[in-house]
Amino acid sequence: MDTGSGTLIDSAQDSLEENFMMRKTFFAVAIAAAFAASPAMAQQKLKIGFITTLSGPAGIIGKHMKDSVEVALDQLNRKVGGLETEVIYGDDQFKPDVGLQVAEEMMKKNGVDIMSGIIWSNVMMAVQPAVNKAGVIMVGTNAGASPLAGAGCNELYFSTSWNNDQTPEAMGKFMQESGVTDVYLMAPNYQAGKDMVAGFKRYYKGRIVDEVFTRVGQPDYQAELSQLRAKNPKNVFVFYPGGMGVAFMKQWSEGGFRGQFPLYSVFTVDETTIPALKHAVLGQYETKFWSPDLKVPASQKFVADFQKKNGYLPAFYGAQSYDGIMLIDSAVRAVKGNVKDTKGMVLAMRKANYNSIRGKFTFNVNHHPIQNFYLLKAVAGAGGKDPVMEIQKTVFENHKDSYYKDCKMKW
Amino acid sequence: MPLTLVLEQLLNGVQFGVMLFLMAAGLTLVFGIMNLVNLAHGSLYMMGAYLTVAAVQWSGNYLAGVALGLFATLLLGMLVEVVALRTLYDRDHLDQVLATFGLILFFNELVAILWGRTALDLARPDWLQGHIELFAGSRYPLYRAVVIGVGLAVAAALWYVVTRTRLGMLVRAGASNRSMIAALGVNIRLLYTFVFGIGAALAGLAGVMAGPIYAVQPGMGELILIQVFVVIVIGGIGSIRGAFAGALIVGVVDTLGRAFLKPLLGTVLSPAAADAAGPALASMLIYLLMAAVLALRPEGLFPSRGGQ
Amino acid sequence: MLTLLPPVAAALQEPFYLDLVRKVMIFAIAAASLNLILGYGGMVSFGHAAYLGIGGYAVGVLAFYGTTSGWVQWGVAIGASALVALAIGAVSIRTSGIYFIMITLAFTQMLYYLGISIEEYGGDDGMRIKARSDFSGLIDLGDPVAFYYLALVLMLACLFLVHRIANSRFGMVLRAAKSNEPRSRGIGFSPYAYRLVAFVIAGAMCGLAGAMFANHTSFITPEFMHWTRSGEIMFMVILGGIATTAGPLLGALVLLVVETLLAGWTEHWQAILGPLLVLSVLFFRRGLAGLMPGGKDG
Repeated sequence: MDTGSGTLIDSAQDSLEENFMMRKTFFAVAIAAAFAASPAMAQQKLKIGFITTLSGPAGIIGKHMKDSVEVALDQLNRKVGGLETEVIYGDDQFKPDVGLQVAEEMMKKNGVDIMSGIIWSNVMMAVQPAVNKAGVIMVGTNAGASPLAGAGCNELYFSTSWNNDQTPEAMGKFMQESGVTDVYLMAPNYQAGKDMVAGFKRYYKGRIVDEVFTRVGQPDYQAELSQLRAKNPKNVFVFYPGGMGVAFMKQWSEGGFRGQFPLYSVFTVDETTIPALKHAVLGQYETKFWSPDLKVPASQKFVADFQKKNGYLPAFYGAQSYDGIMLIDSAVRAVKGNVKDTKGMVLAMRKANYNSIRGKFTFNVNHHPIQNFYLLKAVAGAGGKDPVMEIQKTVFENHKDSYYKDCKMKW
Repeated sequence: MPLTLVLEQLLNGVQFGVMLFLMAAGLTLVFGIMNLVNLAHGSLYMMGAYLTVAAVQWSGNYLAGVALGLFATLLLGMLVEVVALRTLYDRDHLDQVLATFGLILFFNELVAILWGRTALDLARPDWLQGHIELFAGSRYPLYRAVVIGVGLAVAAALWYVVTRTRLGMLVRAGASNRSMIAALGVNIRLLYTFVFGIGAALAGLAGVMAGPIYAVQPGMGELILIQVFVVIVIGGIGSIRGAFAGALIVGVVDTLGRAFLKPLLGTVLSPAAADAAGPALASMLIYLLMAAVLALRPEGLFPSRGGQ
Repeated sequence: MLTLLPPVAAALQEPFYLDLVRKVMIFAIAAASLNLILGYGGMVSFGHAAYLGIGGYAVGVLAFYGTTSGWVQWGVAIGASALVALAIGAVSIRTSGIYFIMITLAFTQMLYYLGISIEEYGGDDGMRIKARSDFSGLIDLGDPVAFYYLALVLMLACLFLVHRIANSRFGMVLRAAKSNEPRSRGIGFSPYAYRLVAFVIAGAMCGLAGAMFANHTSFITPEFMHWTRSGEIMFMVILGGIATTAGPLLGALVLLVVETLLAGWTEHWQAILGPLLVLSVLFFRRGLAGLMPGGKDG
């Protein structure tokens, strides 16, 4: 599972101590600055730094996230927690060191009060320690690296998404319960791919025909598909996010595999890839914690406002980011706009007292949501439009990630 | 492993090799004749796919769209040559690598601005759907078979043009002695622009054929670009014959590596070790191959006679 | 000017610029090392980021196993990079031109995929470095100002070292082999050995930059070795002016600062940066150092 836990336990303790030390100096500076700038008691303006990938091929995810943050701001009349709000967007270019640089710039130059966003585990692993060390709260809205849910948890780090392997856990459970006994696994050969397969196997106990890891960014899967056909498995489970998923699904359908082998996937078919795949996704099963058709008032309002403003359906990346802003909103309200009260903000966030797009939920001790996971199926869209994902059933209720026991945080 | 599977994987390798060849042919022509390292060749592949998607949508007809898209890519290639690359022919490779890297950034963002960052759909027409049965029980996608056919036809046509026509003669002459051919009254600039346009159209054709099976998205060119460079380096730069041989070798080695390396390793190593080493080695295989080829033959398998 | 930055930044309460300039200086070291082989030796390595990665992983992996001594970490970073450079160089230097470009790229791609595949060290998720390198209490890298000055000193030392090497007898042979290989063979020098030594020195120096970069980010990832990273380092050299002493610093400074500014301004910054690069190649043939008075020495 987590091979780096030895170092991370130490680093969690270290960073906690450092947090308190750093925060003292941070407060001192902040107080000095407050005296110098204005005599106001509470801060007049809230600055949120939101880091995502805006440029390059992965920019599509960043676009969903940014557009969703804007919807949240519109709904709050541009006032998060009642304060005049400025959101500063940063482009990490899909590079950890650039993400870190952008975060440092936001904190040191723009003086942001709170940080949010971040798609990639590796960027988060680089950025989170620096942000928390500076005494600033980080609300992650996608990255799901397991060290951060386990031994590396931090009281200033919250997630409005999930841990990487929870979604495949749901798929593993669903397939196990549906009596599937024979599965062929495919994923890209990188950490997230291994997390997905590990999560799947935690709940699926039947026979595994083969596990195939492909090159990251590989455009052609014909060789692997020929191997798969030769093994003639009864079911197939894959994880191919983004462009890899588009290529894989196209070739799956082109090769005539659809209909011949039942395909189950995670993070492969979503609202960012459906426009490129269209009918090739019909009948596809996915698991997810959220879908645009989720019958939760806050979610329906978000989806409606998003569609009205942007003209397309939001993906879960967006929903999580919207949720991140709403979580911040609830915390700023709880401290009555005094965002320097980091402790108070953390305590307020732990209550998850806001209208989340996933409905009412609670945070686990590691600041990761305890939430439901659903089985989704791609069905034809109304009036010949692109297919849409439709919730079929609840697979997990109030599911916890499998790392929180390593988290030493005391509430 | 059954023989039919090995044969099918060989065919997959040839098909991937053919795609690589279409890209490599343009790149190696431009390199051999104009002595230009064009990293932006992948961008032309991407533009070919995007322009074709746009043309198919606009015309409503697949073949007309493909023809239009290819023609547009040809024009675009000539435009890029005239505006940006022409002055680079006399520079060293370093300047060329840099300037064309700049073009990659530009084209990727241009596509994102014009068409958005979401991957696009380029659907195959109905007559390209379906399968053929090569041997009992195998279902080979018709589209892939057509790709192989088109690629081989292009290879044959290129071979004919380069070795048997006046244009080909000029091209070969231009590659071996640029000033001589200019002195003989040939408009070398126009010839270069035209050759570059053809190279662009070939990359565009690869993009068009990739459209229905790969993701049409910004940056799609870079996923294949490095492999194409491996192809032309293994084959020997400037040589169409080398590009063809290199493309098939790389296509087949890469495909067989992805398919069979792990099971083969599994027979000597523990399953866990094979699981870990198989995919990693498969990713590195073509680079190992290239390093080995260059260590033995520093100018590739088919060094071009004209050369530098 | 760079010496004065920390107090000025502190006075203006803009500590961010310290971080940015520190990163610039680290990349200036990497660029300077590439400049040695590319600028003076004519060896266009398109895989120089490999040593950035090896230097970084040396620090990260040693820290992972509990060795935090900076002397050991940085020593291993430099030594390992030199060894890898020796192996890569021994094969690559036999080739020339585009073949050399591609074979150096190929080796770096192999290391990149290796980094992605090793789960132990986090694969592509990368690995956190718990504590910065510890120099027996001499220098505390946790202090941004101290780290800044260390980077400044090391960068100046590297720029000076490259300058000295380039103008030594060894450098003369290297440059002679670049401009006219047959002639230098004719007067009795075999360029191969000279090039290989230069290649190893450059690898070692870039390994140092990698060790510093890992400390800068407190994090390592195979992304350090991505081929676009090699491209960036190459840009810095060319933008700054190849075979000039100050070029690598100027190139790193301008590229990173322009990138930061543009990225802060629009998400489509690459559409602007791209043509800027093309224009700089077309019109600044001598690089930025060529524009500065007294900046040319190559």
